[in-house]
Amino acid sequence: MKALAFLATLATGIVLLYGTRDFAAWGDAASPASRHVSPVYIERAVKETHVPNLVTAILGDYRGYDTMFETVVIYCAGLAVVCVLRRQKT
Amino acid sequence: MKRLQEQARGRDIGDNLIIRTAVRLLVPFIQLFGLYVIVHGHYSPGGGFQGGVILGASFILLALAYDLRTSLRFMSERTNAILGNAGVLIFTGIAVLCALLGGLFLDYSALDRLISLGPIEWRSLGIFLVEVGVGTAVMSIMVSLFWDLGSGGEMDEGL
Amino acid sequence: MEQLLSEIVAKYNYWIYVVLMMIGFYAMIGKRNLVKKLLGMNIFQTAIILFYVSIGSKRGGGIPIVDKHAAMLHGVDATGVVNPLPHVLMLTAIVVSVSVTGVALAILIRIYRKYDTLEEDEILEKIGR
Repeated sequence: MKALAFLATLATGIVLLYGTRDFAAWGDAASPASRHVSPVYIERAVKETHVPNLVTAILGDYRGYDTMFETVVIYCAGLAVVCVLRRQKT
Repeated sequence: MKRLQEQARGRDIGDNLIIRTAVRLLVPFIQLFGLYVIVHGHYSPGGGFQGGVILGASFILLALAYDLRTSLRFMSERTNAILGNAGVLIFTGIAVLCALLGGLFLDYSALDRLISLGPIEWRSLGIFLVEVGVGTAVMSIMVSLFWDLGSGGEMDEGL
Repeated sequence: MEQLLSEIVAKYNYWIYVVLMMIGFYAMIGKRNLVKKLLGMNIFQTAIILFYVSIGSKRGGGIPIVDKHAAMLHGVDATGVVNPLPHVLMLTAIVVSVSVTGVALAILIRIYRKYDTLEEDEILEKIGR
């Protein structure tokens, strides 16, 4: 069983390592991740929101849905823990 | 110092004297720093999540150094629940308020119709209000997670 | 061999994350203890978080906090600031991972209360499989 798990891990790792061949080198400013939406965010965020911290601007404004439902997720987690662990006081 | 030693003799806190005194001194500063991180999120690394976790950590520190009951004295379960609900409500409430005022959902510039500050200033202020909501919710949930996991749901002495 | 080595050196960050991910993955599927499985999941998440943050880096880029007045006057050069988007995504991912860990630990406490063990085979035995 352990050998099987080890083999599965090794296979996944080799596939992923093979996949890194197509990745951009570290710190490449022209990598695909840095070319699409992020330059728009960086250039416009300060003018449109007056917030110098770009992370906060994107977190609170451009990606507000993400943050909102993420707050709901941790709220649900808190509720779930209370529901799972509390016992009826007799 | 002498007074502290006498207190220690009276209450039998033994080896924990240094830890408990240090925690007692540190907790207000940790909470102040947590508030600073939330409020200063526009200009420095920080924001609702990080500040909320720091605020929650101050109560967790109290619960670790003393016991769970002591931390319940500073922040009762009821207050904690109210804060958690209020945090999520602030966020969703502001989002819905934007929609009710004629803008898009979560488009803070619509709040300009409520108090006239200019749409861009309102976007900045809206982010701040939302961060306060996130910080409150995260603090409450972190404390509640620790209380429940640390005591197995019993809410007694804890760890 | 020479080519492989230069490949590793050029992308050593991804190699490290893949190795970290393999450790977590092995712990998730190979270990019998439920807490060890949970720790494996946390290691896995750490690997993903590091991977995302490393995607956003730019050589010579500054932190994504800019001078407000200069930015209002002249605008911001996108190549001089690291990509803030992965940072935002991972900020939320970290908090989600904390809440996932919390819920998982709560369920583990419940399992321990009912079956008095956290070993997978013993639980399966007690369930009667």
